[in-house]
Amino acid sequence: MLSANQIQALLEGVSLTLRVFALAAVLGTVLALLFGIASLSDNRVLRWVSRIYVEVARGASAVVLLFYAAFAVPILLGVRSGRSFVFWAAVVALGVNMGGYGAEVVRTGIQSVPRGQTEAAISLNLRFIDRLRHVTLPQALVVMLPPYGNLSIEVLKATALVSLVGLADLTAEAQNLRVQRAVSGPRAATSLAIFGTALVFYFVMAQLLALLFRWLEQRLAGDWYRGRS
Amino acid sequence: MFAQVAFSWDWDYALDTLPKIARGLWQTVVATIVGISIGMVLGLVLALLRRSRHRIIRWPTIALIEFVRSTPLLVQLFFIFYVLPNFGVVLSPFVALVLGLGIHYGTYTSESYRAGIENVEVGQWEAATALNLSAATTWSRIVLPQAIPTVIPALGNYLVAMFKDAPLGFAIAAGGILLEAQAEASRSFRPMEPYTIMGVLFLAVSIPAAFFVRYLERRYGYERV
Repeated sequence: MLSANQIQALLEGVSLTLRVFALAAVLGTVLALLFGIASLSDNRVLRWVSRIYVEVARGASAVVLLFYAAFAVPILLGVRSGRSFVFWAAVVALGVNMGGYGAEVVRTGIQSVPRGQTEAAISLNLRFIDRLRHVTLPQALVVMLPPYGNLSIEVLKATALVSLVGLADLTAEAQNLRVQRAVSGPRAATSLAIFGTALVFYFVMAQLLALLFRWLEQRLAGDWYRGRS
Repeated sequence: MFAQVAFSWDWDYALDTLPKIARGLWQTVVATIVGISIGMVLGLVLALLRRSRHRIIRWPTIALIEFVRSTPLLVQLFFIFYVLPNFGVVLSPFVALVLGLGIHYGTYTSESYRAGIENVEVGQWEAATALNLSAATTWSRIVLPQAIPTVIPALGNYLVAMFKDAPLGFAIAAGGILLEAQAEASRSFRPMEPYTIMGVLFLAVSIPAAFFVRYLERRYGYERV
């Protein structure tokens, strides 16, 4: 079994994992909304820019983006890389990757709103931004939430990759414990306990995230029922 | 903040390192093909176990699928590579990688198979019963031949997704594009060229693959589950 110190180390990893996840999720959501809405624009240039963004952000994969951001981007920018640079590079890489998938969720969500809704909003003389805020987005949200919940869990899982570029997240802490045991311990039977515990921590975080989204979906359904939007 | 030395791109070095990274890409492609083969078979087995009449089979299968789906592949790879040897299962890095990919994506494909099987009309089952077909014949001649074609585009999606995860073999030294690029970068102290080549080569495979899968989706009129 794991000692209190080992559990402590894993929990410190959890804290970094959660910070990377939260920041990447915020960035990813902003990018998803921006590019998702831009992909439905009347402007052809905007549509193309968002198409290219989506293809590259998804196609490059989280791990390739992460290594590029952590090791090639500092040279590109001519800056000295340090621990905090790598942290923000990881947040940006995961956020950009999530934004690519999220933009598609936003796009299909908005497209699922019947055309008549937009036409009615136009005939009521609502500006583009008000149409989005008061008419299309609230209705699209119902369709967007379930895939968005799945996407968030994928991003949570992807945070494990940051251990590969030297950040001390849950996965990295588990690896550290394993290496320490290999050096000092009598037998590495504890590696089962170490990685088993790390997996359970990830599982619990993912389940909490799933619960949060289920709660949001129910709340949204309640709002609909009461006639608010 | 900004250093005065601008980065430089060395074409000679880039062309020199390109074949090595391309070889790594090929290893990643091979791992993906082996991995998806394992995942497709395992997914079907899991989908069938999940439909079992016995709770003792059904519940652990559901729990396993849920657990594997919501934990990171990277930690699962470490588990396979570092924990299993303590129990006498010693795997080479490549085998550990394809097994990890296969198990992880097997839990995803099992959900697609399940949807495909549930989409087979009840009348087909009833007809099989009426014709007095055995369970094995019903599955192999009636249900699966109708269920599997509808699952093909979903499997294509997972093939592309798996390709994006296959470079993780890096973490257990299983070869692949990331391992080659990283080895080059740390050997030459020039990360710019190898990582850029890695990104370009990677996109050159994954974007056409994604387009092909979308073509399959349109062609088979499949709706995302």
